[in-house]
Amino acid sequence: MSALLEVMGVSLRFGGLLAVSDVSFSIAHGEILGLIGPNGAGKTTLFNIVNGVYKVDKGKILFEGTDITNRPPNDVVHLGLSRTHQIVKPLNGMTVLENVTVGACFGRDYMGLKPARNAAMEVLERVGLADRAETAARSLTIAGKKRLEVARALAARPKLLLLDEVLAGLNPTEIREMVPLVRGLCGRGITIIMIEHVMQAVMSLSEHVFVLAEGSIIAEGTPAAVAADPGVIEAYLGHGAAKKWGAPHVQ
Amino acid sequence: MSSQPSTDAAAPARKSAPSASRGPSVPPASRRGGILLHPVFWLTLVFAGLMIAVPLHGNNVALREDLVLVAVAIILASNLNLMIGYTGYVNFGHIVFYGLGGYVGLYLATVRHWNLVLAALAAGVSVSLLALLFGVGILRLRGAYFALATIGVLVAVHSFVSNFDPFGRSEGMYVSFDSYAPLGGPMRALWITYFLVIAVMALSMILSLAIKKSKFGLGLFAIREDEGAAVVLGINARVFKAVIYSLSAFLPAVAGALMFYKNGMIDPSIAFEYMLSLEGIVMLMLGGQGTVVGAALGGGLYERLRSYLLTSPRLSNFHLVIAGGLLLLVVLFAPGGLIGWLYRLAPRAQRVIE
Repeated sequence: MSALLEVMGVSLRFGGLLAVSDVSFSIAHGEILGLIGPNGAGKTTLFNIVNGVYKVDKGKILFEGTDITNRPPNDVVHLGLSRTHQIVKPLNGMTVLENVTVGACFGRDYMGLKPARNAAMEVLERVGLADRAETAARSLTIAGKKRLEVARALAARPKLLLLDEVLAGLNPTEIREMVPLVRGLCGRGITIIMIEHVMQAVMSLSEHVFVLAEGSIIAEGTPAAVAADPGVIEAYLGHGAAKKWGAPHVQ
Repeated sequence: MSSQPSTDAAAPARKSAPSASRGPSVPPASRRGGILLHPVFWLTLVFAGLMIAVPLHGNNVALREDLVLVAVAIILASNLNLMIGYTGYVNFGHIVFYGLGGYVGLYLATVRHWNLVLAALAAGVSVSLLALLFGVGILRLRGAYFALATIGVLVAVHSFVSNFDPFGRSEGMYVSFDSYAPLGGPMRALWITYFLVIAVMALSMILSLAIKKSKFGLGLFAIREDEGAAVVLGINARVFKAVIYSLSAFLPAVAGALMFYKNGMIDPSIAFEYMLSLEGIVMLMLGGQGTVVGAALGGGLYERLRSYLLTSPRLSNFHLVIAGGLLLLVVLFAPGGLIGWLYRLAPRAQRVIE
């Protein structure tokens, strides 16, 4: 089966810092791919490259066989590639419903205002924000804003969804509520790449994980195998850590 | 999508009732009939009707001259609102459209002897196209840098026109008396241009309403709130901004053509009145930026206040002091302006007054 997204040898340099260096990976339809790595590894940068916020210096990105390298984000959305933000970006002065309506209006189907509003309402029910539809986005809790990010991205009816730490900053109860939501999306035929630090969630959601450190992929495989990889342990905990710890701890 | 087989996420969706019961919770914007059924649309028509009927009754020329300034203020504030209130881009040089429109209109109507309405429309179209050109360039800038660039545009156009021969350089242009002949002489011409200015005023408010209720408007508001997020949500911000910048030039340019024709003369210092450009921002803040009624209310009230102060023998030199003080008070105590204050008093008003 052909890949939905293919990233081939992508590099990006910020001044003297090689933020992403020669990264290649691909994802098939219907997969949930985990992307983990220590802080500053370049995970969010990689998302920004895939959805066109940053232009790459080198490399190529194919989405369903179409070259989307350096296409602006608004174009990429129309092809069916949406994302959420790690640092939430609600449209504060607008209501929750309006926020999601924007997502539907300018998403893959480029809906008219009225159908978009109905679609938005549907999505809000799905993510559990329907009762907050008329509140201003700014007055949501952080968990609510993360849900709003997901809802907005979903309203665009993406084929591929990039989730950037939707669980970070949530308490355990909120995480427990969010995990089935993400799994449900995959059940609806949406392919997902998720950046996540909450290993428990990554383990329960994705079969395949990439580890990014200092801009390159240092390991990939099942979550358990990756967590046991000495290279990965060193990337997180420093040199010699793998030896000191002996057996890997997975929390 | 909604009828897909059940998954973990679909389950709660089904639980929460058939869609019919959700009807009332959908905001009023989705009512059928579009803006034609909107209260603000009818309010605009009634207001414009009164603006015409009251001075016409008893041929009250003095009142007409007061009201025409109110109408111009409303035109400027409403169209400036499209940039500042809707899109979040402060334009300090908005008056440039009005002045340029005046020049182009006057040139076509007096030198080329075009019909007034045609000349005014041509002024609107040409100034809009010019704005589109400027917009594509300066709208790459954001925030304070954009605001600075708009001042640059104002100064550049001002000095260009001051040195442009066909527009009479710094002396400007005059409307010869016989230019009014096609409209049935100066007396009738003044009334006709007044009616036209009122029509442009009504159109400005209706345009604001129509944009606010449209998908295009939703995109603009998204840009205002967070341009980065808007782009990631699929909005082509560059095109949206250029279009609204150009659109916000059209009716002010038409109004400029009509007004300077009515006044009988134009020169660079009255066409590009820097102070009026700034006062447009005060009008918006006063009435409530981002709202149709707020922009109109702010424009009208500020213009009345300004005229009162300018003609009052004791206060005439203080009108800008008072304007500045007013702006300070509004920003400190009623950041949403009069309409924002109304919304706070009666949140339900948001559903009726846009």
